[in-house]
Amino acid sequence: MVKSTFDWSRRYEQLLQSVQNPLLKDFYQQAFTDQAAPLKDVPFVALDFETTGLDANTDDIVSVGLVPFNVNRIYCKDSRHWVVQPRRDLSEESIVIHGITHSEVDEAPDLNRILAPLLAALKGKVVVVHYAAIERHFFYNALLMRIKEGIEFALVDTMEIERRALKARQGLLGRLFNSKLGSLRLSDTRKRYSLPLYQNHNALTDALATAELLQAQLSYHYRLDTPVREIWL
Amino acid sequence: MQAEQVEIAQFLAEHPPFDTLENEALNELAMQIEVAYFRAQTDILHLGQDISDLYIIRSGSVEISRRNGELYNRLATGGIFGQMGLLMNRKVRFPARALEDTLTYCINVNTFNEYCDKYETFADFFEVDGNVRLHQAIVEQADSNDLTTAKVKSLLHRDVVTVTTETAIQEVAFLMTQESVSSVLVTDIEKQINDDPEEDDGQVVGIITDRDIRTKVVAQGLSFDTPAKEIMTSSLVLLDSNAYVFEAVLAMLRDNLHHLPVVYKKRPIGVISLSDILRHESQSSLLLVRGILAQQSVEDLVHYARQLPNVFVRMVNEDANSHMIGTAMAVIGRTFKQRLLALAEEKFGESPIPYCFIALGSMARDEQLIVTDQDNALILDDSFDETHHDEYFQNLSDFVCDGLAKCGYTYCDGEIMASFKKWRMTRTQWKEKFASWMAEPKPQALLNSSIFFDLDGVWGRLKWADELKSFVAKESKGNKRFLANLAANARNRTPPLGFFNGFVLEHNGQHKRSMNLKRRGTAPLSDVVRVHALAVGSRKQNSFERLEDIIEANLLPKGKAQDLRDAFEYIATVRIRHQAWQIEQGEAPDNDLDPHLLSPFEQSNLKEAFAILEKAQSFLKFSYSAHSGVK
Repeated sequence: MVKSTFDWSRRYEQLLQSVQNPLLKDFYQQAFTDQAAPLKDVPFVALDFETTGLDANTDDIVSVGLVPFNVNRIYCKDSRHWVVQPRRDLSEESIVIHGITHSEVDEAPDLNRILAPLLAALKGKVVVVHYAAIERHFFYNALLMRIKEGIEFALVDTMEIERRALKARQGLLGRLFNSKLGSLRLSDTRKRYSLPLYQNHNALTDALATAELLQAQLSYHYRLDTPVREIWL
Repeated sequence: MQAEQVEIAQFLAEHPPFDTLENEALNELAMQIEVAYFRAQTDILHLGQDISDLYIIRSGSVEISRRNGELYNRLATGGIFGQMGLLMNRKVRFPARALEDTLTYCINVNTFNEYCDKYETFADFFEVDGNVRLHQAIVEQADSNDLTTAKVKSLLHRDVVTVTTETAIQEVAFLMTQESVSSVLVTDIEKQINDDPEEDDGQVVGIITDRDIRTKVVAQGLSFDTPAKEIMTSSLVLLDSNAYVFEAVLAMLRDNLHHLPVVYKKRPIGVISLSDILRHESQSSLLLVRGILAQQSVEDLVHYARQLPNVFVRMVNEDANSHMIGTAMAVIGRTFKQRLLALAEEKFGESPIPYCFIALGSMARDEQLIVTDQDNALILDDSFDETHHDEYFQNLSDFVCDGLAKCGYTYCDGEIMASFKKWRMTRTQWKEKFASWMAEPKPQALLNSSIFFDLDGVWGRLKWADELKSFVAKESKGNKRFLANLAANARNRTPPLGFFNGFVLEHNGQHKRSMNLKRRGTAPLSDVVRVHALAVGSRKQNSFERLEDIIEANLLPKGKAQDLRDAFEYIATVRIRHQAWQIEQGEAPDNDLDPHLLSPFEQSNLKEAFAILEKAQSFLKFSYSAHSGVK
C-alpha cells in the first residue's frame, strides 16, 4: 500500500452495525471519523504493547502503554500504563526484552479488567504505533479470545511513514539498483531526527518514543494541513 | 497501576534544579511534563507572545536572543529557558529558536509555581523572590539598561553647558548657578570643528567644576575676570558618545575622575558625572574601589577583600565580557596596591628618593581574574644609594607584598616581587636589563622574563613605567632575534587538543582529568599576541588592545587577528564562568576545568578556540625566525 485511501468512516459505520459488546459499541460510536481533518487538528494517542512473543496467534499482551498528543504537544499527564496477566506463558526471551517478571504478571489483572479504561483512553483519537502489525493483530486476537469479538481501528504507523520517507529520498536510481533503505527500528529511526536514545523499554516509554517520532516526522515530511486520511492505515 | 515516565524522571534527576527534588516529587513532575519537538532552524518562542510554560531542553540546542535580535545565549541539553517570561508578565521576553533538531520538556506555569512554593531549592534556582525579581527585571531589560550594552549617551539628560577659554570666571560661575550644573566644558574657538562652520565654539579643551571655583578661585583669591583657561583642568579624558557605560566606569576608576566630557565627532554634547553612573549601576565594582581607598589599616583591607569574590560573581552574572571583568579586577588589584603603598608611606615615612611601583603580567595587561598571584617590582631613582635607601624600600616592599598576600593575592612562585632585592632597580638598570634580555641569543634565557614585557605603573612616578614601555616598544620593533626568541617561547605551552579533535586532559592534584584554561589557553594566547604586538611596536599591554594595534598595522593575514580575539574572549569567558560557578558552590576557584561539565555545544566552541591558538602558534614558527631575512 503506497498511499492509503481506506475509508475508515465507512468501516466504523459497518462495525457499529455488527458489534455486540457494549464497550466496543461505544468505542466505534465515538471513533474519530473525520478523514479530511488537517493533521494539526487531529487528536492522536501513541500506543505500545509488550507481548509474550511475536506471534499474535499464540502469544498474548503483557503490558500496555499509551500517551495522548497532537502535533504540538505530548501530554504525559494523561499517559497510562498497565501490566496485565497474559493467557499465554511468559517466555524467558520476552522477559529479557520488557523486563516484566512472572511474579509481576501473577499479581496483574486480566486485560478484561482494564478494557474499559483502555478503550476510554483510545476513543475519539487516532492511534499511533511503530509497526502496525503488532498492535493491530494482538489487540484483535486478545479481544477475540476474551469477548468473542475482535477490534478494528484506524492506525498511523511511524514505521510506514519512515519507509515512505526513505523511499522518496532513495529516488529512482536507488530503487533500480535496489540500494538499502536504512533501518526502520524505532531507535534507529529516532536517531535520524536527533531524538534521544532511551534506555528503558517498557510500553509507556515506547509509546512516548513513538509520539515524539511522529511529531518529528510530521514536521519534516508533511504540511500540517494535510488531511489525516493520507497517513492513516 | 500508577504510570511513571521513567525516561523523563531519570533525565530530570540529572539536571539542576530538578536534581534536588525527592524521588516522589520528581516522578510527579515527570508526569506533568508536556513534550514538544522542534525541527532545526524553526522558532520556538516569538517575542511578546504569551508564554505559559518553562522549557527544558531534552536534546538539541536552542539560541536565545535579546529583544533587539542580538544573540543572548546558546543552550544545549539540560538548558532551561522561558523563566523570565513566566516570572514577569507571561510574555516572551527572550525569543528562542531551535538551532538543531530539539526536543523540549515543558512545565506548565501552575506546576512551576506549585514547585516553587513547595521546594525551596527549586525556587532559589529561579530566584523567585520579590527583590530579586525586581533586580532581574532591571538587569534583564538588557537592551536599554545593561552595563555592557548601554551607551554613555543614554545617560545624558540635559544639554551641555559650555564656555570658551576666554570667558571670565565670574561669568562661568554665574552660568553654572543659572543652569544649576556642577561642571561646564571649556571650548577653544581657535580649534575649529571642520564639518560645522556655524555655531562653532571649537573643540573641548578643558573642564571647570564646582571644586575648581572653590579651590582655585575663591581659596586663592583670584580675580573674577581671570579667563576660564587659567583655572580649567586640561588633561582631559574625552568619551565618545558611542562609548559604553562600562568604559566610562573604567576611565573614572583608573584616573579617579568624577566628570567626563562626552563628544560626538569632536563636538561636546554633555558631561557624565560619577553620580550619573552610580544611579545607573548601584552595586558596582566602582563602590568596591572607593571602599578600598577608605580602609585605614591592613586588617581592614583584608576584611574588605573578602567581598571580592561576590563582586566577581555579580559581574559574571550581569553578563560582563572578559575584557570588562579583567579590567575591573585589575583596577581593584591596583587600588589595593595603591592603598597599601599609601599606608606603608604613613608607617615608614616619605620615601627618601622618588620611585615607581610597577605591576607585571596579567594585572598590567588588565586581564586579571579572581585567582591570581602578585607580580610586581620597583623602579628607583638613579640617585639610589644602597646603604642609605635600601632598608626603606625593603620595608616598604615587604609591607605591600605581605599585605597583598593577606588580601588573597598569593606570593609569586617565581619570586617576581618587589620584596626581592633583584627586582628593585634604578631607571638606568632597568633599561640595561631590558636591553640585555632583548639581546639574549637563546630563547631559554628569556623564558622567565616574558612577564616583564607586560608592565604598568601603579604608584609614584608613573611616567617611568611609560618610559620603559616606550623603550621596549622601540627596541623590539624589527629586532628579529628577540622576536624569534619570544615566538619560540610562545609555542611552549600547547592547547589541550589531541588527535581526532579530542580534549587532552591532565591528572592534576585533586582535579583528576581536567585541563588548565589559563596555562593551556589564555596564557599562551596572550604570549602569541605579545609577540605580534612587540613586532609592530605597540605600547599597549592589554591583549584586546594589542590586537587592535596588530589589526591596524595589517601584520597578520586578513581575519586572523579577529579570530585570535574571538578565541581569547571565548576561553576567557569559559574560565570566568568556571570560577564564578566554583565560588557559588563554595569551592575555591581555580583554572582547572573538566570539559564534560560543559554542554556539547560549548565543548565544540572551546575546541574551535583551541584550534585557533594551535594554528596561531604554528604561524609564529614561520613568521618569526632569527635566520630569515637580514641577520
